Amino acid sequence: MPEIESARAVLYTESFRQTENQPMVLRKAKAFAHVLDQIPIIIRPNELIVGSSTLAPRGCQTFPEFSFEWLEQEFDTVANREADPFFIAEETKKQLHEADKYWKGRTTSDLALSYMSPEAIRAQNHNIFTVGNYFYNGVGHFTVQYWKVLELGIEGIMREVKAELDTVKPSDADYGTKSRMLESCLIACAGIIRYANRYAALAKELAAKETNKTRKEELLRIAENCTQVPEKPARNFYEACQSFWFVQQLIQMESSGHSISPGRFDQYMYPYYRADLEAGVINHDDAQELLDCIWVKLNDLNKCRDAESAKGFAGYSLFQNLIVGGQDEQGRDATNDLSFMCIDASMHVFLPMPSLSIRVWNQSPQELLLRAAELTRTGIGLPAYYNDEVIIPSLMSRGIPLEEARNYSIIGCVEPQVMGKTLGWHDAAFFNMVRPMELVFTGGVDMGEQIGPKTKPVEEMQSFEEFFDAYQEQMNYFIGLLVNADNAVDLAHRERAPLAFISTLMDDCIKRGKTPEQGGAIYNFTGPQGFGVANIADSLYTVKKLVFEDHRCTLAELKQALRYNFGKEINPFIVAQIAGDVTNSFLAQHVTPEPELVAKTTQQVIASVSEQDRKRMEEIYEMILDLPKFGNDIPEVDEIGREAAYCYTRPLLQYRNPRGGIFQAGLYPVSANVPLGFTSGASPDGRLARQPVADGVSPSQGRDVNGPTAAANSVAMLDHGIASNGTLYNQKFHPTALAGQEGLIKFIDLIRTFFDRKGMHMQFNVVSRETLLDAQQHPENYKGLIVRVAGYSALFTGLSKSLQDDIISRTEQGL
Amino acid sequence: MRLIEDYNLIRGRIFDIQRYSIHDGPGIRTIVFLKGCVLRCRWCCNPESQEYDIQTVNANGKTRIYGEDVTVAQVMETVMRDADYYRRSGGGLTLSGGESLLQPEFAKGLLMAAKDYGIGTALESMACVDYEVIASVLPYLDTYLMDIKHMNPQKHKAFTGRTNELMLENARKVAQSGQTNLIIRTPVIPTFNDTVEEIRAIAEFADKLPNVTRLHLLPYHRLGQDKYQWLGRKYEMGEILPPDQEKMEMLKKTVESVSGLDCRIGG
Repeated sequence: MPEIESARAVLYTESFRQTENQPMVLRKAKAFAHVLDQIPIIIRPNELIVGSSTLAPRGCQTFPEFSFEWLEQEFDTVANREADPFFIAEETKKQLHEADKYWKGRTTSDLALSYMSPEAIRAQNHNIFTVGNYFYNGVGHFTVQYWKVLELGIEGIMREVKAELDTVKPSDADYGTKSRMLESCLIACAGIIRYANRYAALAKELAAKETNKTRKEELLRIAENCTQVPEKPARNFYEACQSFWFVQQLIQMESSGHSISPGRFDQYMYPYYRADLEAGVINHDDAQELLDCIWVKLNDLNKCRDAESAKGFAGYSLFQNLIVGGQDEQGRDATNDLSFMCIDASMHVFLPMPSLSIRVWNQSPQELLLRAAELTRTGIGLPAYYNDEVIIPSLMSRGIPLEEARNYSIIGCVEPQVMGKTLGWHDAAFFNMVRPMELVFTGGVDMGEQIGPKTKPVEEMQSFEEFFDAYQEQMNYFIGLLVNADNAVDLAHRERAPLAFISTLMDDCIKRGKTPEQGGAIYNFTGPQGFGVANIADSLYTVKKLVFEDHRCTLAELKQALRYNFGKEINPFIVAQIAGDVTNSFLAQHVTPEPELVAKTTQQVIASVSEQDRKRMEEIYEMILDLPKFGNDIPEVDEIGREAAYCYTRPLLQYRNPRGGIFQAGLYPVSANVPLGFTSGASPDGRLARQPVADGVSPSQGRDVNGPTAAANSVAMLDHGIASNGTLYNQKFHPTALAGQEGLIKFIDLIRTFFDRKGMHMQFNVVSRETLLDAQQHPENYKGLIVRVAGYSALFTGLSKSLQDDIISRTEQGL
Repeated sequence: MRLIEDYNLIRGRIFDIQRYSIHDGPGIRTIVFLKGCVLRCRWCCNPESQEYDIQTVNANGKTRIYGEDVTVAQVMETVMRDADYYRRSGGGLTLSGGESLLQPEFAKGLLMAAKDYGIGTALESMACVDYEVIASVLPYLDTYLMDIKHMNPQKHKAFTGRTNELMLENARKVAQSGQTNLIIRTPVIPTFNDTVEEIRAIAEFADKLPNVTRLHLLPYHRLGQDKYQWLGRKYEMGEILPPDQEKMEMLKKTVESVSGLDCRIGG
């Protein structure tokens, strides 16, 4: 189990205690440099690329300047929690607790809360959306100009900063902010040089003690590397790798923001590789080994999130997205040897980091896609495939020039942006599109509280259009509150978390004298993501078809069916909703809603549902399940899916953030569709209360029954271009679908065709033997698992044990 | 000149359409399953394909209807929803069954329509019909996936209900016509044809057919078993296990040792 360490928090706090009343940007740079000077360093056995943020492998530091209370509350449970547990020693707890004392009332999350409107806070308490990611942590989610450090070295960057500082006149209006900000950059840069020199010294020291001759030479080479880079320009591929790594690691020491994405690594590293090859100082295998080492290092970093967020980002993932292939600024295919070697590195190391991505367009070499498909076939869930032909125009529609749009990279999960110029605030929130649907049925009341607009009672609605209008009204209201919450967090980071180091690697921070949080980046966005498109599509279709076209049930009946979870399990969520209604009816009658009375009456209400009513609810449930669903290539349903997605993507575009940028929607859930589904009631698509919401733009689980092409066609019916913060489409495959060279080719044809149809992103889970064995043991968790064997598809859990065994044995043969 | 209207309204009986089929012919394909068969193979994984009549069964408490009468135009509407995938991959329409040539006008109409739309065509068939019927569809057929299950007429009859002379004769004629890419497929069924001798005999026959270069060995599977129960029929294969990978590899080597055929396990 990974371990939490305290050194960074202790040192960072130590510095802060000594810099009261100085500008925040300066204080943070000094604290960062203090950490770099004092934090224990380590070179792990046989490492060729060095730089570790913790003594324990895969350990994590903490960042109390953003938030700390959650961790203190979880001190005794964090090691036992289900999602991403961490070990924490008693001594560490004591040290952290001591440091945390300083931060009470001083964190970004404290300040963010004070900027939020009460309605926005209430909406979050009711789980309509969450901005927890940046509320509790640093922002991250960018690609810096790694190439600048490789080319100029930190010393070159310091020259640039000093030159800018020379232009600042004492009489300038922004003298105070700009000069201090630039000074902070110098402090941070100098700290990084000293940090690398500490590694050089450590390597020398270890070399002196080393008895193995090969390792001794390696350590001496490491010492030489760390003396040269990142301070000075990289002279060869090895130094470039080491220099890259220090940048990658230390960005994640400066702040706890994740999705620090290396971006187009195959492009900016290639000149060093080619030069070394031509000069004969490196061969392919040695270069591959260095890449493999970087891949391991990317997995050495870790992050502890609060329990709720950990569920949403499950898998210890840091989302360091590294992308290969695609076109260059001039529109030529940019694939090179390193593009292939990056795929090979993922194959060799076989760990989740980096989040490997492939850019695809009609000039992508088939060889590259074949290599990528081979990686997919292993079942590791990598790489993700991205469509240049949708993403480039999508970025251009946000004001980015053609050349820069062609040079895009992906941040975190699926978010496109221009490298080294963008603070995209991707991942700014999770917005659960299902909850506003529930509120249409209650006129904006949730748990007895009026939290949304009082839309027309559903009993009085005369048409589908009226219903749809009410949904949009609920959506628009909560999207407005989402914007409020995001902007509050944005302000808090501007004030309390200006970061000097990343400012030196992002245009135009130095010239503007502003950190990215203060609006220093050229492109600024806020990208909150919505999910549940498929649930809303299917819900709207239910109302349209069942209620208003076929008159098979009324909205009043549907309302009751939803309230009572279609007559199925009365779980605590359902009870709480009914208790809310009971409380309100007491208040209306001027009776004090004593808790005991409410509880008793609630039970009576639940018990009073007649057998006939319950039957009718189940009947409605069955009728809903029999309706066509999104994900089956049925135009009339998919058209509604398109409109459903617009309910989220369109309204967001009108809003602005404090950095001068606009909001842009993403349609992807990471893994929040499970925990946020758990805090949602039943929905008219036949989703029961507390069940997961559909992930990304994918059809609801198990509802797509016409195979991958039909599902992909439905998904391609959505307008992906407007969701310029990214969309996520997951497909599951049985390995036999990818068997042999021919299987790979057909698989690539599937991706290319989905992209011809203007899909944006695709990733694949290839069902493993372990998954199938687990499904055999726990069929309840795998209701929708369809396996296709030799053109024969079947619901796995519906098969007898011996047939399941046949399929499991074929799974092995497929590989 | 042929008008699209000529075949659009031809009706036929199908029991399934399966999209994203990647094991039956080149590229990504859609298989249309026509109902009705001349054979009664004991191992058949689609027992609902055998009767021409529409059948209503109780499948684990749910009513399921096997069989639907549709026009060529209706089928093509579904088939063409994946047209982009066919173009990318060189795929198209595959007719299967049952024995689709038992509905010759309908089958021909579908193949003609596919050709007019510019997508590839394939046919999975036992060729157990008069050659004139086969000849009538050949001009519209890119790939013929023809089953040859056994070389011994008596054993063929015992396990499928018919002897194999007509099929073998048709195989020769189709091969000689040179009008379509003929691929021979052999389901490998334990207790029926899974010995070296039996597979060798098939390979030797296929090798002699002009223009034939490929033979597919399809391992027996039991995935259709439940449907027998729903249809109220006994599954005669009982607990016979599918051949393991080792056995399949061995049979593949057998094929390769006696013929110049490109042999593949699976489609």
